[in-house]
Amino acid sequence: MEQFFQQLTNGLAVGGIYALIALGYTMVYGVLKLINFAHGDLFTIGAYLGLTLLTSLGLADRLGPLGAVLLLAVMVMGLVAIIGAMLERIAYRPLRESPRLSAVVSALGASIFFQNAVMLIYGARFRVYPHDILPKIAVNIFGLQIPLIRILMLLTSVLLMVALYLFIQRTKIGTAIRAAAIDQGAARLMGIDVDKVIMIVFLIGPSLGGAAGLMVGLYYGQINFTMGWVYGLKAFTAAILGGIGNIPGAMVGGILLGVIEALGAAYISIAWKDAIAFCVLILILIVRPTGLLGERVAEKV
Amino acid sequence: MLLKLENLHVKYGNVEALHGISLGVGEGEIVTILGANGAGKSTTLMAISGLVKVSEGSILSRNAPLHTLKAHEVVRHGIAQSPEGRRVFGTLTVNENLTLGAFTATDTGRIQKTLAWIYTLFPRLQERCEQMAGTLSGGEQQMLAIGRALMAAPRILLLDEPSLGLAPILVKTIFETIREINRAGVTVVLVEQNARAALKLAHRGYVMEVGRIVLEDTAEALLSNPEVRNAYLGGQAA
Repeated sequence: MEQFFQQLTNGLAVGGIYALIALGYTMVYGVLKLINFAHGDLFTIGAYLGLTLLTSLGLADRLGPLGAVLLLAVMVMGLVAIIGAMLERIAYRPLRESPRLSAVVSALGASIFFQNAVMLIYGARFRVYPHDILPKIAVNIFGLQIPLIRILMLLTSVLLMVALYLFIQRTKIGTAIRAAAIDQGAARLMGIDVDKVIMIVFLIGPSLGGAAGLMVGLYYGQINFTMGWVYGLKAFTAAILGGIGNIPGAMVGGILLGVIEALGAAYISIAWKDAIAFCVLILILIVRPTGLLGERVAEKV
Repeated sequence: MLLKLENLHVKYGNVEALHGISLGVGEGEIVTILGANGAGKSTTLMAISGLVKVSEGSILSRNAPLHTLKAHEVVRHGIAQSPEGRRVFGTLTVNENLTLGAFTATDTGRIQKTLAWIYTLFPRLQERCEQMAGTLSGGEQQMLAIGRALMAAPRILLLDEPSLGLAPILVKTIFETIREINRAGVTVVLVEQNARAALKLAHRGYVMEVGRIVLEDTAEALLSNPEVRNAYLGGQAA
């Protein structure tokens, strides 16, 4: 039982990361019908920016561990958001009227560009996060010893997701984002500046991805310039699992994928962890081709 | 003139869809644009709203050029459109659809008043305000599309085929509502296949054929014009 709950909480924490990255895929797909293949690399950039800021600013000495991580998260999210908006402006907007495949190729190119840029700047070897940032203590929850960082990760991702959900559902701009995802032309007729909506999406998605990168750095302690590929693929899977374009779907898909993976690794075989995750994806897509929450409202003609 | 189109040309790729349209709409008028499928009626409305690019000519509203603006800026000049096929936001609620119609408005008091007015025009929308727009019937979606456009409190309302696919009884209701909207001071440009109903409602009309305006007259004159009757009103009986 102990092992089960340890794996479950681990899966939830990792799932939260998948979910945060998946949100970026799903939101961009929502408004542009484009898979932003460079999104995984924005996640990598978040991890590396976190490392740089952490080691160069000496935040932990001045603000204490929690304050340092909080400020770090804000800075990383802000910086990755700016990179995301620039990516849209430079690599995608000029191709807005072109065939969709052109933008896909541009996305792949941007991914290669980012990956190599990170490699050139930071080197190809694994880099290690300072391991004394967050106290290595475990919290006793119902007799279970859960590492503090795992709890913090889960809390952070849940908090970010709730904030995003409220923003999308309750605010005027959030409603405009949903409208633009349904029908850009009709959204323009409402006076919505769709270019601005797309820019906002490219600020939000990458900032969440950047936060995920930072969390992975803090959780696992080491990062690599190719990490965005694996995490990106998993998160993309999670977005499909939940129904691509659907924001709650990405959240559910991410968490579910993390849990399945962790439990599969613990009880079946750690070597088969990815295979198990993808088998579940295939099974779910056979039963529900639009994903778990992918909705289809009948269009009346 | 509240709205003036001069020598308007629109191209889709290399194909020219409008070959120099000129028309004017006066304050308080209902002007209808008639014509067969592919005549360029919807393209004309889309050009006014800024959703298709104007390649030559001009669109002016109270002497302000609209043809250089982006679509979302045109709305701020008091021009709103209920597009062909309604294009309501299906997975958003009726209320959210209406709220988006007032996206450019800032005066919350006026937004509330406009909303109340739309609910008196279309009581069905109020009954269904929390329902997803995609689950409404065709007629209700049409009401929503018109209501959504009105939420911008436009001076000019562009209506593209509001009767499309609706039961005759509903068409009558919608057209009566359009008259009521016009009486409240909103100028209306109405594109319609249902020429007879449109001409009975409108003050003036234009007839389009393959990207050109071929006829322009008062609505009564068009109703009794033998050419129009043959081509668009199904022959003899008026």
